[in-house]
Amino acid sequence: MPAIETPEITNLGGQHMVLNMGPQHPATHGVLRLVVEIDGETIVKVRPEIGYLHTGIEKTCEAKFYQQVIPLTDRINYLDPLSNNLCYCLAVEKLLGLEIPERAQWIRVLLTELSRINSHLIWLGTHAMDIGALTVFLYTFREREDILRLFEAVAGQRMMTSYFRIGGLAMEPPIDWLDRVQAFIKMFPEKIDEYANLLSGNPIFFNRLKGVGYLSPEDAIALGVTGPPLRASGIDWDLRRDMPYSGYDKFKFHVPTSTDGDTWARYEVRLIEMRESAKIIQQALDGMPGGPVKANAPKIILPDREKMKTQMEALIHHFKIVTEGFPVPAGEVYQAIECGHGQTGYYVVSDGTAKPYRVHMRYPSFATLQALETMAKGRLIADLVAIIGSIDIVLGEIDR
Amino acid sequence: MTEVATLLGKQAVLDALPDHPAVKAILAWDAQALADAKVDRGELTLSVAPERIREACAALRAAGYNFFDDVTAVDWHPSVPRFRLSYHLLSHGFKEYIRLRTLVDEADPSVPSITPIWPAANFYEREVFDLFGIRFEGHPDLRRIMMPEDWKGHPLRKDYPVEGYR
Repeated sequence: MPAIETPEITNLGGQHMVLNMGPQHPATHGVLRLVVEIDGETIVKVRPEIGYLHTGIEKTCEAKFYQQVIPLTDRINYLDPLSNNLCYCLAVEKLLGLEIPERAQWIRVLLTELSRINSHLIWLGTHAMDIGALTVFLYTFREREDILRLFEAVAGQRMMTSYFRIGGLAMEPPIDWLDRVQAFIKMFPEKIDEYANLLSGNPIFFNRLKGVGYLSPEDAIALGVTGPPLRASGIDWDLRRDMPYSGYDKFKFHVPTSTDGDTWARYEVRLIEMRESAKIIQQALDGMPGGPVKANAPKIILPDREKMKTQMEALIHHFKIVTEGFPVPAGEVYQAIECGHGQTGYYVVSDGTAKPYRVHMRYPSFATLQALETMAKGRLIADLVAIIGSIDIVLGEIDR
Repeated sequence: MTEVATLLGKQAVLDALPDHPAVKAILAWDAQALADAKVDRGELTLSVAPERIREACAALRAAGYNFFDDVTAVDWHPSVPRFRLSYHLLSHGFKEYIRLRTLVDEADPSVPSITPIWPAANFYEREVFDLFGIRFEGHPDLRRIMMPEDWKGHPLRKDYPVEGYR
């Protein structure tokens, strides 16, 4: 969050103009500020200025018990909360060497895929709205509402779910919940067709996106771009398939790629990803194993309420976990997963106590934002809005 | 890729994983530069001296670790040297992460920037500079990124109170 005076602004030689876009601008998806140097309508330089949402989450984590960090992770990427929960839980479970029951893993996969669809729906609605197609927003938010209701049913919260726990899930989902997911997944693919009908054949939308914001595969790798923008640039890489975690190796899905590397390719890749997520959810529903949803680790996982009220041992464990946390063996792990926007990584360092010594989050938007200048250089200022929309930034995860 | 769960010390890693591409790359570049190595919970960590970090990154990139994922620091105040920098590199070919480690002292906390090798490190190094006060020599635009430019102190240091200075 720097001061307004910058060298570029004072030393332009009378040729270029500096335009300040944001932090309050409807197309910046939050509080992104871009200092754009333009020559007429053509973009010469784009410099993102971030930090407006910085709340010091990494510092806060160091003052919390391990289990108390989970609610903080939701608030980083508020559009894809369950992926954050998953990544943090996997990292701490790796530190603890904890095995997770199969049913918990499958429900985790199911929910993170729902969360990915949720994230992509918001991207599609807002991206189309930025371009001027207002209707799609209402359509995507209709389906998003269904997903949020499913989240609410398991977690009691629509957005800040915190449903995953270190060692499994908070509790078994409600009895008819899987049927509700099934009903949603049955009708969802035709909703994607509906969005595609509204947008793919629309000449205004097509011309605003096609050929805009090109990113070569070499630049994408060099600038740390991950997720759908990387795949739209022709790199066939998806952590779910290539370095499976949480039982993803048991699911069959296709990883869409495109060699065009433009805004339109990113749109197409994300549309296909939504269809593939729906397929993964269907597989999870069909093969859902039975059994417990929490690992057998009484000193780490809170006991059931019923046991806590009737068994002395469970009461002691409950009291100890809530008041003192649980110690985690010293060490460090880096766990990366594929979330809706790209690769999320959690680096957790333990010094053997009940509070993490250091938690660092690697979030995809932070890196992808660096590629903005490469994509926007030489394009018109109106294209900048399309490009920002296509990289799908969440300022919460950039600033943390 | 790394099947073994735990190996402590440079010699143990060299004995158990002589054919590991990252270990081979570092040894081929400069066998003396590898200060320490370990495998913990299946994750390989290679340590080098701070002034050699850029060359080490270049060697690893040439060996197939093509993607820069993350760099961050940990403050081990009051131990000496105080800061530990961790670079996480990913290989799309080997489907594996490795961690490159270097120790930085408090008196002159500075390391060469790796932005000439991966421009992606730009924001990450600015973040470490902002929150830990570690300088990256050769960085094109080393300014604060999260905190305001006139901010005093580096919030992620352990001697910086969680509530901030009032």
